[in-house]
Amino acid sequence: MSDSRSASPTFADVNRDVVRTLEPPGNLYFAWMCVVALILTAGIVAWTAQIWWGMGMAGKRTPQMWAMYITSFVFWIGIGHAGTLISAILYLFRARWRTSIYRAAEAMTIFAVLTAGLFPLIHAGRMWFAYFLLPYPNQRYLWPNFRSPLVWDVFAISTYLSISTVFFIVGLVPDIAALRDASTGWRRRIYGMLALGWEGADSQWRHYRRAYGLLASLATPLVLSVHSVVSWDFAMALVPGWHSTLFAPFFVDGAIFSGFAMVLILLLPMRHFFGLHAYIEEKHLDAMGKLILVTGLVLTYFYVCEIFTSIYSGDEIEKASLFWKVTKSYAWALWLMYFCNCISPLILFSKRARTSPTILYVVSILVLIGMWFERFNIIVPSLGHDFYPYTWGIYYPSLTDTMVVIGSFAWFFILFLGFIKLMPSLSIVEVKETLPPPLKDRGHAGHH
Amino acid sequence: MPATTETILGVFAYVDTTVRALEDLKAKGYHDLTVYTPVPVHEIEEVLERDRPVSRVRLFTLIGGLTGTASGFLLTIWSAMQWGLTTGGKPVASIPPFIVIAFEMTILFGGVATVLGMALLGRLPRLTPSPSFDPRFTNDRFGVAVHVAPERGGSVREILRAAGADEVRP
Repeated sequence: MSDSRSASPTFADVNRDVVRTLEPPGNLYFAWMCVVALILTAGIVAWTAQIWWGMGMAGKRTPQMWAMYITSFVFWIGIGHAGTLISAILYLFRARWRTSIYRAAEAMTIFAVLTAGLFPLIHAGRMWFAYFLLPYPNQRYLWPNFRSPLVWDVFAISTYLSISTVFFIVGLVPDIAALRDASTGWRRRIYGMLALGWEGADSQWRHYRRAYGLLASLATPLVLSVHSVVSWDFAMALVPGWHSTLFAPFFVDGAIFSGFAMVLILLLPMRHFFGLHAYIEEKHLDAMGKLILVTGLVLTYFYVCEIFTSIYSGDEIEKASLFWKVTKSYAWALWLMYFCNCISPLILFSKRARTSPTILYVVSILVLIGMWFERFNIIVPSLGHDFYPYTWGIYYPSLTDTMVVIGSFAWFFILFLGFIKLMPSLSIVEVKETLPPPLKDRGHAGHH
Repeated sequence: MPATTETILGVFAYVDTTVRALEDLKAKGYHDLTVYTPVPVHEIEEVLERDRPVSRVRLFTLIGGLTGTASGFLLTIWSAMQWGLTTGGKPVASIPPFIVIAFEMTILFGGVATVLGMALLGRLPRLTPSPSFDPRFTNDRFGVAVHVAPERGGSVREILRAAGADEVRP
């Protein structure tokens, strides 16, 4: 395996291998598509029922008005963050190992934000009034309240979706041009239109490279801001368990942690079924494993801080809320979260675990479960035990909101499954850039 | 002018031979070149960018970003003044929360302007392929197209061949 570098792929190999991933899919692919489409249909049916009969279908009653939908919203936004981290932040740091995974990760970002964006609409109930959130001139001179974190969120999420999509498309252009030149018939015509007439001329590359670097530098502060703004949806409120300055870095770190787990969940099967072992090597898995481990340890630190500040605050209500979370109705969710997010990644201290696809996969699934429950633990128990015993309450999931949440996973996976068969899931250009360039005079190679 | 120029294309398989051809062409005074590469190559860029100003895309980013900041503050402050509702004893136009909106708009406008700048400066989209383009240039070949007066074509072909071009046309 380590000797495979001596026979590293050539430029033409990269083109061939990527074009190969776009061949007509087999039965297994369609079987997966069918399963995912069925689950998605169930989710859509549940949503339709909720629209028809009202929000009561989703188990919404005081004090748990946010419950599963906002949990899933925060979860999905968080998933997106690892993609931008890989595509923008690691680009600026010139981390070369990112090249073979960044395209899939970036696609994941967009699909995750598209999934997340559904939840505020589903949660709002009458989603045909969603445009009320936007600032537009109207007869009554009413404007959104820009002092509300919920309006910041609208701006942050829509900017995040727009910039991620733009960044993704810009990265795709030279690759689509390569596909255009490697395909025939209707595919060639479609790729030809999407490639915008890209030719790889120096007059195109020089602006492209500059623009790509600038987009990466814009996306970097953006991604950090997005989950900070999401965290302020909570932190700006006075609810015990929410009102904390810790929330912004805590959310951003958790987002990246869960995002990397999702990248692995998508990447490992892709590598297996497309036979991309020459591009997604053990060192890539190792690097991803390390990032999960580091972000997991940082998250553990934040959990400790959260408990410490709560106890140290001297605020009786805050302490009562914490005590209730740790020991009462939702204690199982809290301890499940601690196990999944703090204990399970510790196995990645071993290099053997970091390079084993099976162990990585299991850890990733646990991390996703843990991170979903982290958001659940922030939202549901905090709302269920605030200042007045009069407003305390327990939330029970209903069939409708459970189906919508499960359906959201199907929506995400159907987008990703479609993507890997229509678009290059491995960046042709960036992978080539990391290969040794073709030199005639090998004697002088390798000095750079 | 275009009627009197001819484009000669050399197709290369290696980076070092391409760089050699570019150096030789530049030394002989041929500066009207188009270089096609499947990936941006550092060595080739070094030769080409030597006597060129930095791409102006960054100007678009700056102007776009500043426009975003300004419109973010304008939108929030102006719309808050439209309905002067005082909450929490704070000023109607309270700047700290508006910074979030202005920041997001900065990134949004800056990013969109960057892409527009790239498209404008790189002349994208291109509806018809340029005559010297070859589909192999997005795969594993490098192309050097030299635009010269027809009577000097012979010497250009000579340079390209000597540098190690696989193919020289026309």
